[in-house]
This record gives sequence, C-alpha cells and structure tokens, in this order.
Amino acid sequence: MEILQHLSDGFLIALQPLNLGVVILGVVVGLFIGAMPGLGSVNGVAILLPMTFLVPPTAAIMFLAAIYYGAMYGGAISSIMLGIPGASTAVATTFDGRPLAIKGQADKALTAAALASFFGGTLSIMLFTGFAPALATIALDFGDPEIFALMLLAFATFIGLSGDDIPKTIFSICIGLVFSAVGLDIMSGEPRLIFFDIIGFMHGINFLVLAIGIYGIGEMLWTIEITRGESSMSKAVITVERILVNLKELLKTWKTGVMSSVLGFFVGILPAAGATPGSLMAYGVAKMTSRNPEDFGKGEIAGVVAPEAANNAASTGSMLPMLTLGIPGSPTTAILLGGMVIWGLVPGPRLFIDETEFVWGLIASLYAANFFAVVINILFIPLFLWMLKMPFTVLAPIIFVLSLVGGYAPTQDMHDVWLMLMFGVGGYLMRKLDYPLAPAVLAIVLGPIAEPALRQSLLIANGDASVFVTRPIAGPITIVALVLLVLPLLKLIRDRVWKRKLL
Amino acid sequence: MTVRTAELVMAIATMLISIAIMWKSTELSIGWVPQKGPGSGAWPFWLSTGMLLASAATLVRWFLRATPESRSEETYISRTAFYVVGVSVGAILFLLIATNFIGIYFALLLFLFFYLRFVGRHSWTTTLSVTIGVPVFIFCMFEWALTIPLPKAISEPLFYPIYDLIY
Repeated sequence: MEILQHLSDGFLIALQPLNLGVVILGVVVGLFIGAMPGLGSVNGVAILLPMTFLVPPTAAIMFLAAIYYGAMYGGAISSIMLGIPGASTAVATTFDGRPLAIKGQADKALTAAALASFFGGTLSIMLFTGFAPALATIALDFGDPEIFALMLLAFATFIGLSGDDIPKTIFSICIGLVFSAVGLDIMSGEPRLIFFDIIGFMHGINFLVLAIGIYGIGEMLWTIEITRGESSMSKAVITVERILVNLKELLKTWKTGVMSSVLGFFVGILPAAGATPGSLMAYGVAKMTSRNPEDFGKGEIAGVVAPEAANNAASTGSMLPMLTLGIPGSPTTAILLGGMVIWGLVPGPRLFIDETEFVWGLIASLYAANFFAVVINILFIPLFLWMLKMPFTVLAPIIFVLSLVGGYAPTQDMHDVWLMLMFGVGGYLMRKLDYPLAPAVLAIVLGPIAEPALRQSLLIANGDASVFVTRPIAGPITIVALVLLVLPLLKLIRDRVWKRKLL
Repeated sequence: MTVRTAELVMAIATMLISIAIMWKSTELSIGWVPQKGPGSGAWPFWLSTGMLLASAATLVRWFLRATPESRSEETYISRTAFYVVGVSVGAILFLLIATNFIGIYFALLLFLFFYLRFVGRHSWTTTLSVTIGVPVFIFCMFEWALTIPLPKAISEPLFYPIYDLIY
C-alpha cells in the first residue's frame, strides 16, 4: 500500500515538535475564532496569515489548516450556548443545539457537537487520503486549456449553485479578476491598470489586501453593527459521568453521522458550496430520513450531529480540489491557496510529486488536528464559555490593528493599507446590499493562474476558442461549466411557465 | 437613505467604475497581437465589460423590483449603525493618518485607548492592558520575530535603544 507508506512518512513530519506545536496552537486559536460570533475560519486565516511567515511554509500551512478545523468545532459552542451561530458554518447547529441547551442539556449538545465534528473530520480525511492521490494523477496530464476550463467551472458553480443574486455574483467575480490583473502583466511585462499613475499599483494588488480588507475590516464593521445588545448564555454542567451517559445515546446516531460526513465531503469539494450549505443540507437529509422528523428543531440530538459532522467533512472536502487541482473549494481554502503561492508551493497535481513531504505531512497533520481539536474542545469547554463573554468592543479594535499591520507586512507599503481600508468600507457597503464577496476573493487568487492559462491556450490554438470544447478532458469540464451557467436561466424560465399554468 | 435607493446608487457607481476600468484597459492592446495571442489589455477589458453588464442587469432588476433590496424601504444605514460604524472607520482613518506623523506605535496607543475607553466604555484595567499589550505584542511579533520594520516617522529615535537590545 503506497498510500499508507506515504501517510506514515507524513506522520513523521506532522509529529515533529514544531509542527505538532503549531497544530495544537492552531486548533486552540481556531476553536476561539469559531466560537466568537462574527468571526469564522475565513476571518481568522486571513488575519493571521501574515504572522505565519515566522515559521517554515509546511508548519505555516499546517497552522492555518488547524485553525480551519478548530473553527469548525468552535462554531458549535456559541450556536448552542448563545443561540447565535459562531460562524456561518454552524447556523444549522442552532436549530437543535439551542433547544437542547434551553432544556438544560447543553452538555449533551456540546459533547455531541464535538464528537460528531471529530467523526466527520476523521472520516472525510480518510476519504481525502484515498481520493487525493488518484485525482492528482489524473490532473497531471492537464495543460493550459484544462486548467482554464477548471477555473471556468469554479466560477460557474458560484453562479449556478450558490443561490446568491446572479448579476451581483458575476460582478463580484469579474472585479476580483480585474484586481488580480493590476500591476505588471506577467506575459508581456507591460504595466497595466496603474490607476491615477500611483506607484503603489505597480506591484499589483496582493490577494491578502483584498481578503483582509473584506474579512478583517468589512465583515467586522458589519458584525459591530449587528451584534449590539445582550444575549443570554445557557448553563452547562460537565462531568465525566454525564459525558459517558451522553456517549451511549450518541452512538445511536452513527448512521446520521456517516451520511452527513459523506454528504458534507462531496458538497465541500464543489467550489461554491463549502461548509455552510453542506451543513444545512446534512440537517435536511437527517430530518428527512429520520424516524421521528417532528422532533427536529425541538432538541433532537441527531440534529446537532448532522450539521457538525457535515461542516467538518466539508472543510476537508474543500481542500481536495485545492491541493490536487489548484482550485479552492471554499473562501478559506482560497486564502490558504494564496498563501501557498506566496511560499512557492504551487498547488496542483505537481505538488504530489514535487512536494511529497509537504503534502503528506499536511494530510497527517489534519488527522492530528482533529484529534487535538476534540480533546481540547471537550476539556476546555468552561474556558471557551468564559471567553465568549468578552465584549466585541475589546475584540474589534484588536482585529482592526492586526488586520492593518498584517496587510502592511507583506509589501511594507502604506499604499496597501489604505487600499485595504477602502476595500473594507466598500465591502461593508456592498455586503449590506447582499453582494456576495467570497467570489471576489476566490477570483483574485485564481486570476493570476487563469489569465496566463487562457492566453496560452488561445495562442496555441491560434485564437480558436473551440480548443476548450474539443480537447478530451477540457471539453467535458467546459460543457459542465456552461450548463451550470445556464442553469439559473432554465430555472427562471421554468418558474415563469409554472406561474402561467397556475394563473 | 432607503435600501432601495442605495441599491440604485450602488448599481450606478459600479457601472461608472466598470466604464473607467474599460477605458483604462484600452491603454494597452485589447485585440489580437500576432505571434503573442491576446493583448495585455484584453483580459481586464472584457472582464470590466462583464462588470458593466452585470451592473446594468442589477439596474434593470431595480426598475423591475426583482431583487429583495430593490423592494425594501428600510433605512440602508440606520442612525445608530452609522454612529458605531462611522466611529470605527473614523478611528481607523485617524490611525492611518497619525501613523504618517507620529509613527504606528503612538498612533496605536491613541487608537486603542479611544476605542476601548470611549467606544467600548470599558474599565481602566481592560483599557490599559489592551492599549499597552497590543502594541507590545505587535512589536515583538513583527519587528523582533519577523524583522519587518513598521513605519515610525518622527518616533523613530525613541526605538534606537530597543534596536540595540534586540538586534
């Protein structure tokens, strides 16, 4: 078994003191970030990325991935205790977690959430371990047309499946791609889109400037606006004895756990979806297939298990296309991908050949992260509950400061910091009008890969765009992308026809 | 301003931005360059055309009242929201401007003190520990560990003894 050999090599790397240390630290930070309402994995990863330059690239990515995992666990804590989702990924956890807490069974909900997260996380990493090398091998033959077709697919899923307003989604994608085009053109070396001849634009717009601007400033302004007013916290009594009793009941929900994990994993792979829709879908399926669906929403333990298993599975799923194809499956992995590019680790199939140690070390660290997350989560629940009482007016200025300094660090140019503030305020104003902003972040990361792929493909084909349809692998991908693009249109027509019939 | 008005203003603003980027893209070749493929300006030009069309679609949908935002008569930014968000943005703006003159560390002290004491109305203990703790952390993290010098403007000489100590 070649995979097992690789995996055990990976564990040797992941268990090195530094790597193990950053994984544990990342999990703790992630749990906290996830638990704080208004802060999710994407905010944490964007804001803390500049600080990871302190450690070698492998450790840095492990740290960020551990934050990602920790946040998926942490999100459940405030969903259950405050009834406010700690992150959008934990919205579905409030449906049954909150009623359980009100009934005085908060400890049951918390343990269920932690163990379901662990189960979903571990099962999905096993799926990941099996699928990733195979997918990477297929992707090795990909040329420029295939890469561009994949990018097209990534953006098409946003338009076709995300459920956001379509013109606004398209606008968000296009402006992200335009931002990525600022600076020196990679192919001709010509300066491009140097607005008002400001020198600062010559080095381009770093993806971090947009990502931190949106997630560190824009979203925080939004959170400040909506999280005024007090919320009441439930009480949780946690003893070893009660955990064991809860465990027995929990074991009965294993079917829900398996189903949600697999569902979450595959939903997570899709670029537009990620953990939030994954967990909502898992909740829906669990309710549909349950023997007593009327208990859902009133404190059914399976209603906590399903979304929590699914959101962890989805976060693993979203790493699959990132590592094997170079296409992120969620906003958080988009930022991870951008980080990897900074460190000279080009995501994509070559990674599995050129950077074997890194890839398998990372995969092994995901197993480790899950283990530590569940242990730390259960042991330190009282501590997290205490931290939840921290008012947002303490956290907000600290986040602003870290964002601004973190945005300055990569280029050491105040121009970028000003730009970040503009993106933050602009993002806040657009967010209030329901413009989706994640596509823009994805686009600015993918832009530098997509543009050369498109231009090279067209050059090889002498300007004949049919190259994307006629190649054996690019063809089907492009066609799926086009179908996704027209999907909303078909829905619209169908709705019109329906309406006419009803009238 | 109602959400409906804001939606219209935003759509018009994004259209104007799109047109500006389209115009800016034409500084470079947007057509086919023999032997080199599409010109450097083509990619941003067609993308900003996409932005323009998407904004135009939002505008059309505004007239048709198709989006929830174009039907909403609620206030876009309420008075209280304007206060908290405005104060935060104003404070960040002050932080950036002050950085140019008194350096980032002194600007941070003022920013954090103002935010915690006057916006958050926190106790002196909380205020002072955050106001002092955060700049110290930033210094240790960025200047010491990552060796990234942050802008200090006129406060630079004050740091010479610390530089001698850590480098």
